[in-house]
Amino acid sequence: MSGGDNWIVEIVLENKPAARDPVGTVIQKDLLAKKGYEMVSNVRSGQYLRIYLHAGDEGDARAIVDKMCNDLRIFNPVTQNLTILNVSKK
Amino acid sequence: MTIKIAVIQFPGSNCDLDAIHVLNNVMKITAELIWHNNFKESNFDGCVVPGGFSFGDYLRAGIIAAHSPAIDEARVMLKDGRPVIGICNGFQILTEAQFLPGALLRNDSLKFICKWVNIKVENNKTAFTNKMDLDSVLNIPIAHAEGRYFSDNIKELEDNNQIVFRYTNESGEITEEDNPNGSLESIAGVCNLERNCIGLMPHPERASEAILSPTGTTHGKLFFESMLEFIKNGGF
Repeated sequence: MSGGDNWIVEIVLENKPAARDPVGTVIQKDLLAKKGYEMVSNVRSGQYLRIYLHAGDEGDARAIVDKMCNDLRIFNPVTQNLTILNVSKK
Repeated sequence: MTIKIAVIQFPGSNCDLDAIHVLNNVMKITAELIWHNNFKESNFDGCVVPGGFSFGDYLRAGIIAAHSPAIDEARVMLKDGRPVIGICNGFQILTEAQFLPGALLRNDSLKFICKWVNIKVENNKTAFTNKMDLDSVLNIPIAHAEGRYFSDNIKELEDNNQIVFRYTNESGEITEEDNPNGSLESIAGVCNLERNCIGLMPHPERASEAILSPTGTTHGKLFFESMLEFIKNGGF
């Protein structure tokens, strides 16, 4: 592929606020709170993906990942939100 | 007419042979185990998407299988009005493929739950429940870690009568303690708008022979008897 650069797009998938996240709840209630970290009021778990791709620029890289995630349901829009955490040049 | 049912096998399916056994040996109908890449809908009158851990449940239970060519073929069947059932992982696959509304999340307990439960029939006008009595209670096993039903539009499901089964006690009462996985509104199974497709977390194929049931029931057979009736009648 000519032109463009190699990019790394980091994304996280997590349950929507309305969908309970028992993993996060267990970490907060059964570990942190019991070990003295009462100041932690909530933990939400998620899934992290680091995607390596070739794209013209940062905007293109972001757009490709966004389209891919929506078209292929990489995240389930019924239950999850998708956040692009970071886009960086490899 | 010879009725032929396909049981689709994905890498990681593990309830496929149970489904084949019940269809062939208990129901005495022709059922074929079809590797997912080889499934051609035109050869079959209906299909079973069985339980297991298709593609290792990677990314999310059912999502990879939902993009497989087999599910594209099943979509043709669905649109053509032929019966399609998703059991356990099959239910997860069919929600991810958007044949069915909602999604299945990790059990509230975070544990894999394997036990016999009771479910109440809330809609007996589907391709897989027409031989059941409305509000009757079925004894049937579950075996899953990600069976917590979730929908962001429960009212629409209720208005369209798409809730087919709810977890209950033996008397058909919905209680918190009889909801094994934290499912929204105790939902155990749903159908599509056309009612030719259902999905449920419990396993009818494990509840079709008295020898396998702690109470000697064979409620699972009702699903397959309903399917046969639906096929013989050419629909509803």
